[in-house]
Amino acid sequence: MSIWEYANPKKFMATTAPVLPWVMWGAGVTLVVGLVWGFFFTPDDYRQGSTVKIFYLHVPAAMMAINIWVMMLVTSLVWLIRRHHVSALAAKAAGPIGIVMTLIALFTGAVWGQPIWGTWWVWDPRLTSFLILFLFYLGYMALWTAIEDDDTAADLTSVLCIVGSVFAVLSRYAVNFWNQGLHQGASLSLDAEENVADVFWYPALVCIAGFILLFVGLVILRTHTEIRLRRARALEARMRA
Amino acid sequence: MIALLKRDLALAVRAGGGFGLGLAFFLIVIVLVPFGVGPQSELLSRIAPGILWVAALLAALLSLDRIFALDHEDGSLPLLATSPLPLEAVALVKGVAHWITTGLPLTLAAPALGFLLNLETGAYAFLLITLLIGTPALSMIGTFGAALTVGLRRGGLLLSLLVLPLYIPTLIFGAEAVRRGADGFSAANALVLQGGITLGVFAFLPFATAAALRVNLR
Repeated sequence: MSIWEYANPKKFMATTAPVLPWVMWGAGVTLVVGLVWGFFFTPDDYRQGSTVKIFYLHVPAAMMAINIWVMMLVTSLVWLIRRHHVSALAAKAAGPIGIVMTLIALFTGAVWGQPIWGTWWVWDPRLTSFLILFLFYLGYMALWTAIEDDDTAADLTSVLCIVGSVFAVLSRYAVNFWNQGLHQGASLSLDAEENVADVFWYPALVCIAGFILLFVGLVILRTHTEIRLRRARALEARMRA
Repeated sequence: MIALLKRDLALAVRAGGGFGLGLAFFLIVIVLVPFGVGPQSELLSRIAPGILWVAALLAALLSLDRIFALDHEDGSLPLLATSPLPLEAVALVKGVAHWITTGLPLTLAAPALGFLLNLETGAYAFLLITLLIGTPALSMIGTFGAALTVGLRRGGLLLSLLVLPLYIPTLIFGAEAVRRGADGFSAANALVLQGGITLGVFAFLPFATAAALRVNLR
């Protein structure tokens, strides 16, 4: 019994299909609880007023945007090393979710920045890095759609994902060198001395859990779709032959 | 390797078009900028480092799709892949040949175009040095992008979408060094970091390029 057994598409489908509704309902419930708790049952910040509540969407989306790229990197490596198709398809499935998360983070950031910094957009290192991350997602997805052969596309996008990861990290630090910004530092770290107060911290945790569940559910769903799409295409090819 | 390099250079020079086209594009972009932002010399001299770098980067981008496309069309790419030369070395040579035919002329032409934009006197040396250090990285990254898209019929636009984000660190350090040079600060940090990127790119990307080529030749 090893984890690689689930790389068999049939086994993967059979195992994840019954889990999927639970994950989706879990995501729905935690998101509703977290957001309602965050929006209506936490006090306003003494300086930022109620705008601080964008935090409950902004932070989890931003965390997911980065972590989804990391997940794509891992699944790409698994595909290149062990040639498991489910892994490549999961990476493909995660791309559009990642780009939407990046957009949510950028959009909520702009909405939050307008009243607090007095501007929708500044070329701050963190904001800029996210825009760059958005471009990386865009290129990755464009390469997937441009190549017709499935295995070639999986190989090339995996190589791009690995090289892109190195350059994304490079850009992150290069951008730091280029401009010092307005964005605050990390305030949710587990090891930092000064973090957000517990009143804000617990609903934020629930929201983050909700976003993670939502992502897991969507990835499973989209991977199922990709597998079924491939099966349908194989059937079509067999019927024509 | 030397023979392959000579062949690529001869092809680039004799086939015409691509060789001078990048330079002409560089010139035209630089000429267009004052029409766009206005002719005030102080403004132009302030944005000159960035404009020169961005224009050089776009000019280098123009000829990228030719790196492997011609070899792919006439069938010499599979021959190169089966030759005793490792494919990684082929990728490296292709990158170097692209640099000699586009990066080097751009570097040499940049100071002349700097006059058009009223670049600060102190910045010319930095412009030359950063382009000399930075354009090889642009060529090698571009070779990687060209290897990814070599099998595609309409790869050109996709190529720019893939390659331009990868150019960001090189651009940042290059333009920053020139800007610091123009303002009379020390640009050593930016120069060293840019050199590091170039060396790292030449150490690792030939392998990624060769991997992508193997997938496309399968």
